[in-house]
Amino acid sequence: MAPRHIQVTETSRVVLPRHTKLKYDETRQVWVILAPERVLAPDEIAVEVLKLCDGARSVAGIIDELAAKYAAPRDVIATDVVAMLQDLADKGFLTEVRETTS
Amino acid sequence: MTELTDTSPQIDSNDGIAVLERRGSVAETYGIPLAVLLELTHRCPLQCPYCSNPLELDRAGQELTTAEWKKVLSELAEIGVLQVHFSGGEPTARKDIVELVQHANDVGLYTNLITSAVLLTRERLKELADAGLCHVQISFQGNEPGVADRVGGYKGGHAKKLEVARWTRELDLPLTVNAVMHRQNLHQLPDIIQMAVDLDADRLEVANVQYYGWALKNRASLMPTYEQLEQTDRLVEEARERLKGTLTIDYVVPDYYALRPKKCMGGWGRQFFNISPSGKVLPCHAAESIAGLDFMSVRSNNSIAWIWQNSEAFNRYRGTGWMKEPCKSCEFREIDFGGCRCQAFALTGDAGNTDPACTLSPLHESIFKQAERDAASGQDRFLYRNFAGGTPESNDA
Repeated sequence: MAPRHIQVTETSRVVLPRHTKLKYDETRQVWVILAPERVLAPDEIAVEVLKLCDGARSVAGIIDELAAKYAAPRDVIATDVVAMLQDLADKGFLTEVRETTS
Repeated sequence: MTELTDTSPQIDSNDGIAVLERRGSVAETYGIPLAVLLELTHRCPLQCPYCSNPLELDRAGQELTTAEWKKVLSELAEIGVLQVHFSGGEPTARKDIVELVQHANDVGLYTNLITSAVLLTRERLKELADAGLCHVQISFQGNEPGVADRVGGYKGGHAKKLEVARWTRELDLPLTVNAVMHRQNLHQLPDIIQMAVDLDADRLEVANVQYYGWALKNRASLMPTYEQLEQTDRLVEEARERLKGTLTIDYVVPDYYALRPKKCMGGWGRQFFNISPSGKVLPCHAAESIAGLDFMSVRSNNSIAWIWQNSEAFNRYRGTGWMKEPCKSCEFREIDFGGCRCQAFALTGDAGNTDPACTLSPLHESIFKQAERDAASGQDRFLYRNFAGGTPESNDA
C-alpha cells in the first residue's frame, strides 16, 4: 500500500497516488485534480509543481528547478512548495516513493 | 451522494487548490455536470427497505447492452463529464462490469464503484483495479451481522462486506464506507465510525434515510426519534473533530426534522443527472416517482447533452421561474431551490410546491408531527425491496 499521512520534507520524493489524477479538462479549459467523489481546480503554480511530482525528483530538486526558472529566492519558493504539498498530502492526494532494498 | 459542483472554477488564492464551484446565477447556461451516476442495473442481491431505486424496477431485459453503455461512456467523456459512479442496484451483477470500467478508463473518465460488495471475489476486484477503477464505496447496514443482515435481507452479507473492504485497501484503492442510518441502527453509529477507522477507510458517509419510494413505504419502521437525531448530530461533530486527517465524514440529516429544506441535487437540472438501467436520463435517481414527467432515453435520437439542456423534464423545475409562493419571493430561493421536488410531490401531490421540510411550507408542522408519530409507532417490521413489489418481513424473523 502507498503510505498515507506523510510528512513532506525536502528529501521526500512525492507523487500523486494512483487514484488521484492530474488532467487538463478540455471542455472547461482548466487543469483539474480528480479524486474520489471530488474534482479540484489547482491554480497555475500548483499545476507546475504537481507536474514535477514524478516520484523521481526530490522536493529539494523541485524547489531548485523552480527557483532557477523564476530567478526567485530559494527559501521563499521552498516555504510555499512544502506548504502546498503538505496541504495536498493532508487531504490524501499526495503520497511518497520510499526506498525499497533490492 | 456526490458533492461535486459544476462549471467555472473558483480558486482560493490562499490555497492554490479549490473544489470546482459554479459561479454566479443559475440564469447562466447549464454546464455539463462534472460527475454522473450510472445505474447499470436494478438487480441486487440485497433487499434494503430504504432502497433509493424506484418502486417500478427496470427488468434485466430492459437494461442497456454493453455496447449501449460503452457508447454512453464515450459520449459523456466527449461532452466534458469527468467522473462516473457505477451504481445500481448492484453494478457487479452486470457480467460486463470490468469491460465497462476499462472502457470508461480508456476514454479518460475517473471511475467510482458504488457496491453492496456481496458478489465480489478478490479476483474480480483485482480485475476491476487493473481495468482502472479509482475508488470503491461499500454500503454497510450496521456494524455487526445481527442488525446488518436483517436490514439487507441477506444472510452472511455483513461478513462478506468486511472482507471486500479489506481487499479494497490491500489493492491500494481508496475506500468509502457508506452507512445508511435509521431508527433501528442509529444506536450502532459509534461502532460504525470505529469500523470505518479499523477498515482504513478514507471517507465515511453517514446518510440518514431520505423518504421516497421504498423508504416512504417503510417510514414507520425507519424514522428516527428526535432524541436520536440530536444525539447523532453530537456524535458526528465529535467524531469529525477527533478523526480530522484520518477519516472524512459526510453527514446527511433526516429532513423531516429540519427547519430548512436541503438543496436537493444542488437544484433540479443544475449540476447532476443520472442514467437509469434502461437508459433514461434523470435529474435525480428518485425523479421517476413524480407523475406526469416524461424522461428521455439515451436510446432516443437525441444526444445526452441535448436532453440535459433542452428536454422538458430537465427544464420544468430548473432555476426559479417555476416557483410559486412562498418560494417565489423567498430570499433563499437560489440557496435551496425550494428543496426536493420528489419530496414535495410525495407529500403534497404537486412537485411545484415548497418542500414540506421548509418551515415556510404550510405542511411543515404536520410532517414534523408525522415523523414523531412514525418514530413512536412501535412498528419495526420491514417491507423488503424486490421485483415482486416488496415482501413483508415475517414476524418471527
